[in-house]
Amino acid sequence: MGPSDRVSLGAGAKLSMANIIRCHSVCKTFGAGRKQIVALDNVSLEVAEGEFVTVVGASGCGKSTLLRMVAGLETLTSGEIEAAGGLVRGPGAERAMVFQSYSLYPWLTVMGNIKFPRQLFVHRRDSTSSDVECASGRADALLHVMGLSSVEFAYPAQLSGGMQQRVAIARALMTRPRILLMDEPFGALDAQTREVMHDLILHVCALEGCSVVFVTHDVEEAIYLGRRVVLMAPRPGRIQSIHEVPLPPEREQEMKHAPEFLRLKSEILACIRETSGLRTDLELLQKLSRRASR
Amino acid sequence: MSRGGVTGKSARGGGAEAWKIRGWISQGSYWALAAVGLAVPLAAWTLLSVLGTVNKVFLPAPYDVVHRVAVWFSDGDLLSDVRISFFRVVAGWALSALIAMPLGLLIGTFRVVQALLEPLTDFIRYMPAVAFVPLVMLWVGIDESAKVGIIFIGTFFQMVLMVAEDVRRVPMAQIEAAQTMGATRSEVIEQVIIPSAKPALLDTLRITMGWAWTYLVVAELVAANSGLGYAIIKAQRFLQTDKIFAGIILIGALGLAMDQCFRWVHRTAFPWAQARN
Repeated sequence: MGPSDRVSLGAGAKLSMANIIRCHSVCKTFGAGRKQIVALDNVSLEVAEGEFVTVVGASGCGKSTLLRMVAGLETLTSGEIEAAGGLVRGPGAERAMVFQSYSLYPWLTVMGNIKFPRQLFVHRRDSTSSDVECASGRADALLHVMGLSSVEFAYPAQLSGGMQQRVAIARALMTRPRILLMDEPFGALDAQTREVMHDLILHVCALEGCSVVFVTHDVEEAIYLGRRVVLMAPRPGRIQSIHEVPLPPEREQEMKHAPEFLRLKSEILACIRETSGLRTDLELLQKLSRRASR
Repeated sequence: MSRGGVTGKSARGGGAEAWKIRGWISQGSYWALAAVGLAVPLAAWTLLSVLGTVNKVFLPAPYDVVHRVAVWFSDGDLLSDVRISFFRVVAGWALSALIAMPLGLLIGTFRVVQALLEPLTDFIRYMPAVAFVPLVMLWVGIDESAKVGIIFIGTFFQMVLMVAEDVRRVPMAQIEAAQTMGATRSEVIEQVIIPSAKPALLDTLRITMGWAWTYLVVAELVAANSGLGYAIIKAQRFLQTDKIFAGIILIGALGLAMDQCFRWVHRTAFPWAQARN
């Protein structure tokens, strides 16, 4: 237990007590031999209890892989991850996850989906009737908070993408997870729906008091939601920089026009452009258009 | 070319909408066209036999076939033939479903089982079921089990692979979502993989039931003295073309009826799978 001892020493001791997720020099490689790809190279990250952290970066930077490792869905090549007080060895109910899409159960109604995690425990031995009552009270509360009361008995296929993701979030929160992991949950939604979802998720997570790691490729989304923005870079996947968001914790849509918001946005975008390796060859473009006009 | 039909769902059969790629036609026009599709060949068949241009041995008239079915029925053989054939088909098909379902579930869920069994199954399924007839006679004898055995061989290996594919098509996100909600491995299989694959599995059962009917004639080659397939083989010996027609049409009608039953069960059991339409 060498590394963890070192972390809890000195000034960091008090802070690390409140950290709910700790990734210690996490590495991940896919494949072997010449085809080997380094997805994550020595990534260390800490998330404080109750914090909302967003992870952003160009495609292939390993942001989803990192999230899936915290969820326990992906194994580590080396390093270790501690979450909610224990080493991560596999998926667990204290680390709920919201996926980009297709994770709802189409054979269950909205209510059936939200109650699914509780259904698991009902099937298991010693659950009393008061447990079941308590669970349905929680399911009702989530249904209302997420604005789903009118579609309680609808099937997922009858809902819009935005409503489906509301159900997915409600279901993830059902077990009162201490950590909520979100993997580009609004990536498939239109811009207007996404704005509504942003305010909803901020509100609900503050209400629930859970810590959130939110992965996205949308820089504006990352800044608006996160108290800290973790910027990752590809080849090999690594943390490029971590930015404190200079906005008050209570976010409002108008803040997107604040100068500090815009400054951070252009700073991060420039960083991504630099590290993504995808640069537009302006000279070549000019040469081509000149030839075409001749 | 008017573009009006693109927005308005006009019921006119000849509208632009009807010929649009994956276009739309009304329920009424659908059934009218289906009736035409069935009536035209029947009329052609009747015309050919009425005109007498084709020898009756080659092409019996429709009413001869209907007459033959009536005689077959009044002789008392028809119902028992249908019953025994029905039993053989359903028994062979049910037996293969009983083994193929759990096996396909394991192949589609665990890579170890897939590596162990899928290449073997893929190999066997290309072997012709008909060629197994002498072997089946040798192994299980010539009684009912032989006929059931042939139908089993004809459907089982395809069914295993189809079930495995149905199970593999369950979206990974559904499985991983359950895992992050704390579901154990057996809970994921029981409460996510199986319910998610159910509609596809029912479709697989429907399709393999169709194949089981097509193997009936082959199965009843083996020392049978009853059944629709046997009746066809016997009629062949006496050149009773009308009875051959009657047998083939009866098998087709029975298969179609079963198919419709499966479709009805699909619609009633899985309303959520229809919700998209």
